[in-house]
Amino acid sequence: MMFVGLPAILVGILLGVGAYTFLYAEGLSYLSDDPETCINCHIMQAQYDSWQKSSHHAVAVCVDCHLPHDFLGKYFAKADNGWHHSKAFTLQNFHEPIMIKASNARILQDNCLACHDDLVHEVVARVDGPAEEVRCVHCHVTAGHGETAGLGGPE
Amino acid sequence: MKRYLRGWSTTGVLALVAIVAVATAGVTALLVNIFERKAEATQTYVSLAEITEDTTDPAEWGINFPRQYDSYLRTAEATRTRFGGHGGSEALPEQKIERDPWLQRMFRGYAFSIDYRDRRGHAYMLVDQEQTERQTKPQTGSCLHCHASIMPLYRELGDGDAMAGFAESYKYSYKDLNAKLHDMGHGHAVSCVDCHDPDTMALRVTRPGFIYGIQALAEGGAEVPHLPTVQKWRESSRAEPYDPNVDASRTEMRSFVCAQCHVEYYCANKMPLTFPWGDGLTADNVEKFWDETTFDDGQRFFDYKHAETGAEVLKAQHPEFELWSQGIHARSGVACADCHMPYQREGASKVSDHWVRSPLLNVNRACQTCHRISEDEILARVDTIQQRNFDLLQRGGAAIVALLDAVQKAREEGATDEQIKPALELQRKAQWRLDFIAAENSMGFHAPQEAARVLGEAADYARQGQIAAMSWREGGATQAPKP
Repeated sequence: MMFVGLPAILVGILLGVGAYTFLYAEGLSYLSDDPETCINCHIMQAQYDSWQKSSHHAVAVCVDCHLPHDFLGKYFAKADNGWHHSKAFTLQNFHEPIMIKASNARILQDNCLACHDDLVHEVVARVDGPAEEVRCVHCHVTAGHGETAGLGGPE
Repeated sequence: MKRYLRGWSTTGVLALVAIVAVATAGVTALLVNIFERKAEATQTYVSLAEITEDTTDPAEWGINFPRQYDSYLRTAEATRTRFGGHGGSEALPEQKIERDPWLQRMFRGYAFSIDYRDRRGHAYMLVDQEQTERQTKPQTGSCLHCHASIMPLYRELGDGDAMAGFAESYKYSYKDLNAKLHDMGHGHAVSCVDCHDPDTMALRVTRPGFIYGIQALAEGGAEVPHLPTVQKWRESSRAEPYDPNVDASRTEMRSFVCAQCHVEYYCANKMPLTFPWGDGLTADNVEKFWDETTFDDGQRFFDYKHAETGAEVLKAQHPEFELWSQGIHARSGVACADCHMPYQREGASKVSDHWVRSPLLNVNRACQTCHRISEDEILARVDTIQQRNFDLLQRGGAAIVALLDAVQKAREEGATDEQIKPALELQRKAQWRLDFIAAENSMGFHAPQEAARVLGEAADYARQGQIAAMSWREGGATQAPKP
């Protein structure tokens, strides 16, 4: 009898602890578009603060620039970044200062164009070249984040 | 249940138990990790020791602020960059005057020609000052303004009024005032209380020399685009003097706390410690201020008489704040602390690094938060700037030596004091400019263009002085051009 009940109890404990951990870590918030979600773990505090001082503060939140706008692409990028971010924050082994990855820089560039394409289609070369070639934020660096806020790494 | 599990072997059940146990342990560990990170983010500090205005021992503050104290303690470590510091195994840093003999020649008649070494970290500021061989000459109590946690002593000297105590301090000899400091139990290097309010931890300035200096700067007319609250005060009613502890912005305070000491000043026994900022912060502004200053006996201001030539020359201290003020970083709103005490992350909390040191030893936090280029590239760019400054500085040194040689030769040929005077005035101007950049601790980096401009003038004045000495029979061929 003991042999039968034990696995069930254990699985139950796992599910319970797992569910509580998910709630405690505000897991559901990651499904939302709320910018405060991005400072759940405080690493992005400087980015959040500087976004509030930027010209785009009134018209765009984090996900408008940093995630694709189509449903599948958006949730794939959420999952991909979510995995990298939680792994990095748990293990505390990431490069500092934090910098955007190439794949995310492409998403960002696409989102600049999603709003501003009508204005800039003449200046943006529609060919596949190096991402740096015509990145809007290369010059418009303060559009999304105001003055760059300082936050260095651990000892 | 029994039916449901039929077919499971004992081994299978045990394997399942093991897998679930490992998974549960993993999830629990994650839960604890998340809890710890959340706790780190909310934690400010726990007050265990009582801190007052008289708590000068940093170890007492360290009980409440262990993170900041840990990094402060590391200022005792030897660090060096290509052009500064002390990283060897020797007990004391190398002598600058042996490495650059023109410095020794330039300082003849001044205690710096006896002992002038590379710097060590904040932790050593008091010990190094007590032990320098310059102490074989009488030194003034003014020196402690910046080398000790001195405010309680100023309050004692002024019966509670620190500003009054400060006004008395220059009359004491260094040895007497230093003994008093130790008797009172405040024999500590610059400490937490010098820059932080013990009740609120807010940044504040305490040094009377700085407070008078910045007031004079505000009341003067010099342009200070990098200090917006000074400009704002000038446009106000000016009912109260400019008070950095009230008027300055947080960004400005992150430079002002350093500018309490990393500046040019007069520090000897003829008048109180003086920050020469009434006419502005450039080398020329400060020179004008000194040229228009007289001692109580009516004599023109000078720091020492040059032992070879008899010229009344000026000694530049370490005008880091002044040179930074002329540079692009100041103009862009970057404070001293942004590069020399950048924020660092400990878990989920943000602490400013109190291991004050060269940004070149901390490039990722000091530079890369704004400059998104590789560390190698940043170091290479800085090296280019500093190498160019170093080369110009050495040319200036050669020019000064040539001037001194020419004066000596003219004397041997029988030139009178009157005939040699134009050369000596040019020596004063040239030495001032050369020393302004040589004594400044960034090898030109704080404002590269300005440093090059000042060094260009230094070499020009030195060569003009050389010509004046060589042509002493005609009363000096050239005169200093009017600015």
